[in-house]
Amino acid sequence: MIYLMSFLFAGVVCAIAQLILDSTKLTPGHVTVIFVVVGAFLDVFNIYDKLVLYFGGGTLVPITSFGHMLTHGSIHGFLEDGFMGLFTGTLNLTSAGIASAIIISFYLSLIFKPRD
Amino acid sequence: MEKEKYQNLVKKHTPKEDLLYNCLIAFITGGIMGIIGQGLIDFYQIILEISFKEATIFMLTTLIFLSCLLTSLGFFDKWVNFAKCGLIIPITGFAHATMSAALEYRKEGLVTGIGANMLKLSGAVIIFGIVSAWTFSLLRVILGVV
Repeated sequence: MIYLMSFLFAGVVCAIAQLILDSTKLTPGHVTVIFVVVGAFLDVFNIYDKLVLYFGGGTLVPITSFGHMLTHGSIHGFLEDGFMGLFTGTLNLTSAGIASAIIISFYLSLIFKPRD
Repeated sequence: MEKEKYQNLVKKHTPKEDLLYNCLIAFITGGIMGIIGQGLIDFYQIILEISFKEATIFMLTTLIFLSCLLTSLGFFDKWVNFAKCGLIIPITGFAHATMSAALEYRKEGLVTGIGANMLKLSGAVIIFGIVSAWTFSLLRVILGVV
């Protein structure tokens, strides 16, 4: 059941993104940024946490979860360390994603040559 | 040629993209990515006996590694052209943008090429993500909903 929910949620998010991409003149970069900001906004009132409970892994794969984790981290940081926690906590949860993307791309780009 | 006639001609010859077809493809590929994500989370939870949150980080890293590897092998570009948002919106799109920029600018050297340009495409996601997340959290703190 959780697999069906994952399929539906991730599919609907991607279909909405495709609809925005096709019907406006925005580039894929714009659409990705819009979805990150939407994800960050949805976590302000803990809506995204409920979505994660209900739809499972399907909510964590789209880029909206990136924004959700950023907001989640900074609010958690505020609860732990006060005002400076807003800065120290922001990248807490997403550091794995950003760091692994950079490290893996760096080493793979040394190994492989670009293809046309 | 008159302006109206010209515009009609342009309209006739611009390639039409089938909106419904594209959305359907994005829906199916995006949904499959969701299933893979949930599957990997379950897999790591059982194999490594870790919590849902830790398994999420493992899942994201696995997806990032796979899409980086497939990009550098040359498959992923074709898949992105076919599935479009079905692969751009999942975390694979972020990894794909980073990897392809790193590959493209590699010939310009390590520092001025890879170092300066790796985040050329995906930097927007990081910057807007951090700025909006910080602003929204500050708003929530000010509103006192915490």
